[in-house]
Amino acid sequence: MSVRNMKTFMGALSSVLLLAAAPAWAEYALNLTEGVTPLSRNIYDLHMTIFYICCVIAVIVFGVMFWSIFHHRKSRGAQPAKFHHNTTVEIIWTAVPILILVVMAIPATKSLILIESTGDSDLTIKVTGHQWRWQYEYIEEGIEFFSSLDANSNEARQLKSGIDPSQIDNYLLEVDNPVVVPVGQKIRFMTTASDVIHSWWVPDLGWKRDSIPGFINESWAIIEEEGTYRGQCAELCGRDHAFMPIVLKAVSEDEYYDWVGEMMMVAMEAEAGADREWTMDELMAQGEQVYGTFCVACHQVNGMGIPGAFKPLVGSPIATGPVEDHIDVVMNGVAGTAMAPFGMQLNDVDIASVITYERNAWGNDMGDMVQPSTIAAMR
Amino acid sequence: MSDVAAHEHHHDDHDHKPTGLGRWLFSTNHKDIGTMYLVFSLIMFFVGGAMAMVIRAELFQPGLQFVDPQFFNAMTTMHALIMIFGVIMPAGVGLANWMIPIMIGAPDMALPRMNNMSFWILPFAFAMLLATFFMEGGAPNGGWTMYPPLVTQLGEGFPYLIFTVHFLGVSSIMGAINIIATVFNMRAPGMGFMQLPLFVWTWIITAFLLIASMPVLAGAVTMLLTDKYFGTSFFVAAGGGDPVMFQHIFWFFGHPEVYILILPAFGIVSQIIPTFARKPLFGYESMVYATAAIAFLSFFVWAHHMFTVGMPLAGELFFMYATMSIAVPTGVKIFNWLATMWRGSMTFETPMLFALAFVILFSIGGFSGLMLGITPADFQYHDTYFVVAHFHYVLVTGALFALMAATYFWLPKWTGHMYDETLGQAHFWLSTISVNVLFFPQHFLGLAGMPRRIPDYAVQFTEWNMISSLGGFAFGLSQLLFVWVIIKCVREGKKADEQVWEGARGLEWTLPSPPPFHSFTVPPKVDASVAHS
Ligand code: HEC
Ligand SMILES: [Cu+2]
Repeated sequence: MSVRNMKTFMGALSSVLLLAAAPAWAEYALNLTEGVTPLSRNIYDLHMTIFYICCVIAVIVFGVMFWSIFHHRKSRGAQPAKFHHNTTVEIIWTAVPILILVVMAIPATKSLILIESTGDSDLTIKVTGHQWRWQYEYIEEGIEFFSSLDANSNEARQLKSGIDPSQIDNYLLEVDNPVVVPVGQKIRFMTTASDVIHSWWVPDLGWKRDSIPGFINESWAIIEEEGTYRGQCAELCGRDHAFMPIVLKAVSEDEYYDWVGEMMMVAMEAEAGADREWTMDELMAQGEQVYGTFCVACHQVNGMGIPGAFKPLVGSPIATGPVEDHIDVVMNGVAGTAMAPFGMQLNDVDIASVITYERNAWGNDMGDMVQPSTIAAMR
Repeated sequence: MSDVAAHEHHHDDHDHKPTGLGRWLFSTNHKDIGTMYLVFSLIMFFVGGAMAMVIRAELFQPGLQFVDPQFFNAMTTMHALIMIFGVIMPAGVGLANWMIPIMIGAPDMALPRMNNMSFWILPFAFAMLLATFFMEGGAPNGGWTMYPPLVTQLGEGFPYLIFTVHFLGVSSIMGAINIIATVFNMRAPGMGFMQLPLFVWTWIITAFLLIASMPVLAGAVTMLLTDKYFGTSFFVAAGGGDPVMFQHIFWFFGHPEVYILILPAFGIVSQIIPTFARKPLFGYESMVYATAAIAFLSFFVWAHHMFTVGMPLAGELFFMYATMSIAVPTGVKIFNWLATMWRGSMTFETPMLFALAFVILFSIGGFSGLMLGITPADFQYHDTYFVVAHFHYVLVTGALFALMAATYFWLPKWTGHMYDETLGQAHFWLSTISVNVLFFPQHFLGLAGMPRRIPDYAVQFTEWNMISSLGGFAFGLSQLLFVWVIIKCVREGKKADEQVWEGARGLEWTLPSPPPFHSFTVPPKVDASVAHS
């Protein structure tokens, strides 16, 4: 039976096994996705092959076992035999599994070689995991942005929020800024992390790869169908591990280049902002936004942090002390704690504004402000 | 009956059984220490089980209903640490303590005082671990695997976690040394290595695994400690260290550890199936060699727990082939159990039922394990509920079911009373049905894309999570019945004779039930009628 035929068979089998289950989600919820890349299809076929081999072995072994349980029971008057050894049989049941394993290992080796062929890519995207969002950098185009859980899901996922998750579109699988990629091109993903280990996983691409501080891992995908593909961080990365999804939009090449143009415009505007003087109101408004995206998960909306885990900023010796120390903590982080260095992640405007915000929000009222040019000078 | 009583009486004059609390605190008696290990692990089973109930309650539906994500992470972390180090391992050591001396005809363990210490470390270690719930930053919440850098973000509980691991390691190593010393030096005359009951064999091999792997874990967690407090950078990338190195070291311990949990279970099942099939164990020698082969190979497959960290192709291939090869000796064991049943004369008392469920359900865990070992497929399965389903099949319906089988099998020997067979079978059926409702759907969840260690999930995972949670609650409740069966057996079970089971073979069945406080003070004569076959 070819793998494709097997798939049809599997479909039939699962419907039979799950008569009670609603057909609409039966297939989706039961098995691995076939995905939309050559790799994902390859892995799916491998998965089905080993699954069927296991099923056949299981049917034989458990069949023999149940036959014996049924026939060789004392209540049916069975007399115990005396044998306890048989070299021929023992050689057979050692050799046959070895052969079966070799049969499995051959396609597995082939797919592994394919998976590791990351060369000749058309496009490179660097993916950086942060607690708790993803950052994407398009190396050739020079585009860079963060992607966080979208506001609706974020509101609904708070403890006892009272919001019904089924009323939220793509609950926990929606972000503010999706990654946009062209179909039909070989995309190389380089994964790394800034703080703890994360793992970037979109099931439709067929693989996940850990993103590890100090390491860059390479993987690739050629997406064959336009569409939106969703995934999640797969490696436990702290409190909000469940809340850093991935949304990947595969679009036509034209649409992709339109999007690249737009993103470049946004970047140019941001750069222009870094050179001018900012007013207190502008800094506070921008700072609140940055704080809400990057800091709130630990230091909380009210700046009180979480005792024992994340320090409060209200009345903190840093946020109400010399501004140089404050800038230092935010840009360079605090080694050995969850406070990451934000100097690399955030631009001058964002750092200047979030520091200004922390020094003047929640009754900290320091009255001073930090200009983007000050941050630029300190880099 | 009167025969047994007379026998007991005869032992009384040299049975100086200490009384009061001192009997337990200062015990050097293998039976008392074995009992303490077993009771301790039963208590911890409910502590770890309560945490599992919190997990399943929170996962019953999407959204966060009960606990903060960080507390949820503490639940998964502590559940794992307690179930592994506080339940399965102590129960295994408890069985070894009780059974090995009376299986090999020894008067006690070789190092009785060390035996006392290796037990009494445990309650203190776990008190320390549980105390972290009340510390700033809460209990450990970075996963039982303690991966840096995440684990070093833990608050005040961090050093307590590290020292708990150290204590547990010390306790296990002392237990292992004791078992090796006992089996090597104190076998009754005429009992060679190839006459040892298989339970004893699996424990010797387990003991060597413990001695080889526990110090590795101790080293790894000590490096975590110095990274956090003393400025070293073993695993800190910014300081030139390597976070992946921790995973290599951890799993070099961790993979042998899973065999530490399961090999004694293999031994138990190898005692029970021949007893209730009334037929000698098929392929005794190949069972011993297969166990040794599994133990040996377990040191060469660690990286299959971390295929996704990014390894060179050659490394991935090596660890894939090595992992697949473990299926061969494991298969041999399953086939040997089948051949033991074949043309036997089987009855299905509770121990046999649990042993048979073990063979089937452990095999299912073995199949998913084989699938996980295939590297390309693991890139999809890794860190999903498919993995959660896999290791609960091998550890709950595998190791834990074997421990329950052992309890029912030897309870009459330990207490001198039969348990209530009807209740025992009720416990079996309730457990077996609910545990599959609990864990089987998790295969589907994982394949459909649900990551593990998350407190909240996308709505398409709702149905299977609800079913799984219901199974979980039912499984949890069923275990109360287990406790009741044990209490009832101790208090009012009808008297058991020394043989207990019609098909039982071996020295332990030549002693009265319960055996006297000191047994085999004069070594027994071992001949073919009591040896394993
Ligand atoms: C992952 C959690 C986390 C995030 C996100 C985070 N912090 Fe922190 N932050 C911490 C921790 C933990 C400390 C305490 C470090 C220590 O022990 O000194 C800290 C300390 C600080 C301090 C010093 C407080 C003091 O009194 O010592 C400042 C200022 C600060 N953070 C600002 C920020 C800013 C600005 C952001 C967002 C751009 C941010 N933090 C995001 C965890 C976090
Ligand atoms: Cu993450």
